Amino acid sequence: MINASLKQLSSQLAGKKISSVELTQLYLDRIAALNPELNAYVTLNPETSLAQARAADVRLAQGKGAALTGIPIAQKDIFCAQGWRTTCGSRMLENFVAPYDAHVISQFNNAGAVNLGKTNMDEFAMGSSNETSYFGAVKNPWNHKAVPGGSSGGTAAAVAARLCAAATGTDTGGSIRQPAALCGISGLKPTYGVVSRYGMIAFASSLDQAGPMARSAEDLALLLNVMAGFDERDSTSLQRETEDYARDLAKPLNGLRIGLPKEFFAAGLSADVGAAVEAAIAEYKKLGATVVDISLPNSRLSIPVYYVLAPAEASSNLSRFDGVRYGYRAPEYSDLTDMYEKSRAQGFGAEVKRRIMIGTYVLSHGYYDAYYLQAQKIRRLIAQDFVEAYKYCDVIMGPTSPTTAFNLGEKGDDPVQMYLSDIYTIAVNLAGLPGMSIPCGLGTNGMPVGLQIIGNYFDEARMLNVAHQYQLATDWHQKAPAGVNSDK
Amino acid sequence: MSLSTDDVKKVARLARLAMTEQEMHTAHAQLHNIFELIAEMQAVDTSGIEPMAHAQELGQRLREDVVTEGNQRELFQSVAPQVERGLYLVPQVIE
Repeated sequence: MINASLKQLSSQLAGKKISSVELTQLYLDRIAALNPELNAYVTLNPETSLAQARAADVRLAQGKGAALTGIPIAQKDIFCAQGWRTTCGSRMLENFVAPYDAHVISQFNNAGAVNLGKTNMDEFAMGSSNETSYFGAVKNPWNHKAVPGGSSGGTAAAVAARLCAAATGTDTGGSIRQPAALCGISGLKPTYGVVSRYGMIAFASSLDQAGPMARSAEDLALLLNVMAGFDERDSTSLQRETEDYARDLAKPLNGLRIGLPKEFFAAGLSADVGAAVEAAIAEYKKLGATVVDISLPNSRLSIPVYYVLAPAEASSNLSRFDGVRYGYRAPEYSDLTDMYEKSRAQGFGAEVKRRIMIGTYVLSHGYYDAYYLQAQKIRRLIAQDFVEAYKYCDVIMGPTSPTTAFNLGEKGDDPVQMYLSDIYTIAVNLAGLPGMSIPCGLGTNGMPVGLQIIGNYFDEARMLNVAHQYQLATDWHQKAPAGVNSDK
Repeated sequence: MSLSTDDVKKVARLARLAMTEQEMHTAHAQLHNIFELIAEMQAVDTSGIEPMAHAQELGQRLREDVVTEGNQRELFQSVAPQVERGLYLVPQVIE
């Protein structure tokens, strides 16, 4: 049951082979057994989850079930869910119970899915290892000494350890794709604007995008069908025709042109990751695809540009946490300014403070043109590289992350080393393109390797097709960490 | 452009973050490294390039000027650190 696809679960639920209550309880039992070690979930609410499951069973009995009705989904703790503690991985929101639902949460509720719990994450989604969470690091289910990646590391670990049927994540610079790669699961960051940001706690608003994380491309398509759609409460939500993202899954890949950016296979890529990605490309050739060499000459600038723009937007977004309307307030202070300064100093962790400082500096008088404006101009150059590349190919492929999962504490003292682990993912956010990661092998240390697939704007259905066909021909996505596969 | 300890102090003040001397010192070293990483940007010729502020370059969507939000004061204030008679309490600002 824990290895069943969403489609299989859906048909078992519809055929009354299993009830949503049974399925939810099965996952709650697994969480109770495995989560104390993995720390993938920060908040559970079994009564609420089971109540949703009972309601789903009633709906299914009435024959009114939809694709995800009764299926237990884990939600990244960045999405406000009414009545649920919503922490964003921060002490600042340790006791914050959301008074309303994020759009993504309402979409799942309307579909009749069960909210299984809130998953751990880097504080305010700032991190690539889940080590910045106030609630402690998540462990990678494949090796408990290794990081799960970040910032959606709790979600990635929960999916990999079969502690949920599927889950959500968010991706500002790689936060869906990199943990998906490091935990051996599939994850998709849609085109910017496809999924509403309403009720998703903001980090860098021009880059933040929510997306699904699951065990296969087919599952991702079903999840995206629920998550996507216009929402007038998000000013950047796009008004488009409703799409069935699963519509092209079965298409053959004959004639598919895959662009390989030379910059993604240069120095810095570890040999085992490179070899696994090359093997995946060879598999795609067998499936009828052709390969085109392309160049993204400005992609090397994506890290400097990102570490100006994202902190700038974050410093503005996080100014709302002042200890007045919600969130942490310091116990002692002398006056209003002292209250702000102490509440923020005590409520935020080191990485968040670091990024607020960077952002405040680059936006301050005298530095705005040299940093912020210059970064926005290079952002355009980076985006134009992709426009040029897509004249010659249909999708772009490469590694998701330069290495497999590194060890907990390994990059702890040097923020710059941590930032460099997002070298292949950040440009996609800057351009606003859709990107995904699927498992494509194991490294020399036995840890999963992710293949990154970057699509053109609004090309999610094609990317899912490309990923699904690979998953029909290979079984990397079915590999599970040792010890979690005791099915019942 | 190198960052001085005075810059770090000023930025911490602007960002409303209380910091000890020790924290200031650590932040200075780390920010220095990050700005070295960022410095790579400065060499790029961007003359004539329009800044890109957003991934989707769309105009601002407008809506009818009608009330869409009901009064939820009690619900929203239930998560506030300190509230009295429907008001948020902060330290006295005016003598």
